[in-house]
Amino acid sequence: MSTKLQSRGEKATRAGFGEALLEIGSDEKVVALCADLTESVGMKKFAEKYPDRFFNIGIAEANMTSIAAGLTTTGKIPFIGTFANFATGRSFDQVRQSIAYSEKNVKICASHAGLTLGEDGATHQILEDIGLMRSLPHITVIAPADFSETKRAVKAIYKHHGAVYLRFGRPAVPDFTTDDIPFEIGKAIELNSGIDVTIIACGVMVWRALQAAYKLEEEGVSARVLNMHTIKPIDVQAILSAAKETGAIVTAEEHQINTGLGDAVANVCARSFPVPIEMVAVMDKFGESGTANQLLEKHGLTSEAIIQKVKTVLKRKAMTA
Amino acid sequence: MTETEIYTPPILETTDDLAEMARQIRRDIIRLLTMAQSGHTGGSLGMADIFTALYFKILKHNPQTFWDDHDQDFLFLSNGHISPVWYATLARAGYFPLSELATFRKINSRLQGHPATDTHLPGIRIASGSLGQGLSAAVGAALGFRLNKSSNFVYCLMGDGECQEGQIWEAAMTAAHHKVDNLIGIVDFNNQQIDGEVRKVMGVEPFADKWKAFGWIVLECDGNNLADFLNAARLAQSLARKEKPVVILAKTVMGKGVSFFEGTMPDGTNWHGKPPSKDHEAKALNELPPTRFGDF
Ligand SMILES: Cc1ncc(C[n+]2csc(CCOP(=O)(O)OP(=O)(O)O)c2C)c(N)n1
Ligand SMILES: [Mg+2]
Repeated sequence: MSTKLQSRGEKATRAGFGEALLEIGSDEKVVALCADLTESVGMKKFAEKYPDRFFNIGIAEANMTSIAAGLTTTGKIPFIGTFANFATGRSFDQVRQSIAYSEKNVKICASHAGLTLGEDGATHQILEDIGLMRSLPHITVIAPADFSETKRAVKAIYKHHGAVYLRFGRPAVPDFTTDDIPFEIGKAIELNSGIDVTIIACGVMVWRALQAAYKLEEEGVSARVLNMHTIKPIDVQAILSAAKETGAIVTAEEHQINTGLGDAVANVCARSFPVPIEMVAVMDKFGESGTANQLLEKHGLTSEAIIQKVKTVLKRKAMTA
Repeated sequence: MTETEIYTPPILETTDDLAEMARQIRRDIIRLLTMAQSGHTGGSLGMADIFTALYFKILKHNPQTFWDDHDQDFLFLSNGHISPVWYATLARAGYFPLSELATFRKINSRLQGHPATDTHLPGIRIASGSLGQGLSAAVGAALGFRLNKSSNFVYCLMGDGECQEGQIWEAAMTAAHHKVDNLIGIVDFNNQQIDGEVRKVMGVEPFADKWKAFGWIVLECDGNNLADFLNAARLAQSLARKEKPVVILAKTVMGKGVSFFEGTMPDGTNWHGKPPSKDHEAKALNELPPTRFGDF
């Protein structure tokens, strides 16, 4: 793709979730459950339009998780919404037994993931959720890049039969993805073509990966950018093509360095086609209070950090060549 | 497995008929546990009367259409460790071949140590074993029934020790708040758990008052007396659909039916999680004479 993607303005991914949920709500099978965060996670409009199919479970996330599993036994498609920390860490055993092992068609919709939750601090900023969820069999893990992609993702997971973990966030972020490439679960989207290196990113880091690639282009480095919105099942084909065709990879995610997207990519390469890989992620630390951008800056989740890692990985690539 | 191997469930008219089936299910439990040399004897024996009453008298169910027809009562076993009594009853009720009981806990069996759905055993709608989750799942199914305008009941079985889990009370609160009145909970109130008597490990009393305070209609009965339990179950059905969930606290004896497995042992332990030895099996089957239904 040669045209540079532009931001059409800033919008929250959770708002994209809310809009799409309202749309698919026209299907009577869709039910929504929330744990006292109806407005925060974007479920308010659904709750108002479909009060019979909306259940506030109160502050009882584990309970909500198992209730959703029970609802599927009567043919419903439950979407549960809460903060990512409580959807995964708090309710891990319920997700594991009642949803994943029981192969239930529940959509776990998790807002306020990662550092970009901001001022509430580390207690709420889960950076381990992708790892927790991708460790479970029978569950699809998706982290869309912006408002528009979150909408497309919600519609895709609604049509997909099976358990899904959908991760999105609190702040308004650049809305830049377009629907000329349809959202397909498990299929990475190439947002920039390149031959020297591939940047593989998910969530809010996709925008930063693009900015990095555009700057690198000015310096004569041709960086491919893959929007790896689905972390599980990961797009093995896209990763191996990147490894073979560009010979170096940088991953970028708003998550711990352990167990996240970087590990998933490295796993694929290590087993089939090893190439130098560098990772932009939170370096085994908890978050803290601050604004979203201050926190991303402090923890090195920026386009500048991606550029640095690209330079490092290109040196390693040159050494192994 | 062919369809013909599936046991044809007998019509059981009288409580004597039911008692004979409960005895057969107890024999099945002892035999399958001895074959497996692993599994939970105490709670399974203690709940044999209730399972017999449920599957042969109370539940509206159809083993043939289990997967496709939602127009039947749903049953959830939250205390999944008593799977032996569930498996034996399901086989006797015509869900799968009796011979399959011999595969319990063995490699490649559909009869997993704790109930599973990925082996596609008819009768099971969700995995259980990690305690505390089943009542929530049952609340979900009951809400689904309501949305589907179904007139069927959801039953949920729980252990008394299991009620130490906070999630049970989260679910209890939810059921009352959302006026889930097509749900009937049944607690195996045997005052036993792994480490001994519930009242010594972590008391749940005043148990009935707790459920009442959480907004439930509470019934109490002798869970090892078929007539008494049948009355309670029918009363529960008649009290349902009045904007409140109903729970039956069924007093049972852990290990019921085999004298040396019953209640607390002299050393303070119980038969919660031990399988019978070959010796135990012979003595236990002596106390449970053969029935007209025959062993598997
Ligand atoms: C969440 C969880 N914690 C612990 C266990 C281990 N465990 C299995 S059964 C049991 C005791 C349950 O007591 P109760 O519900 O009274 O059943 P009973 O012993 O009467 O059969 C325990 C602690 C478990 N299965 N799940
Ligand atoms: Mg008990």
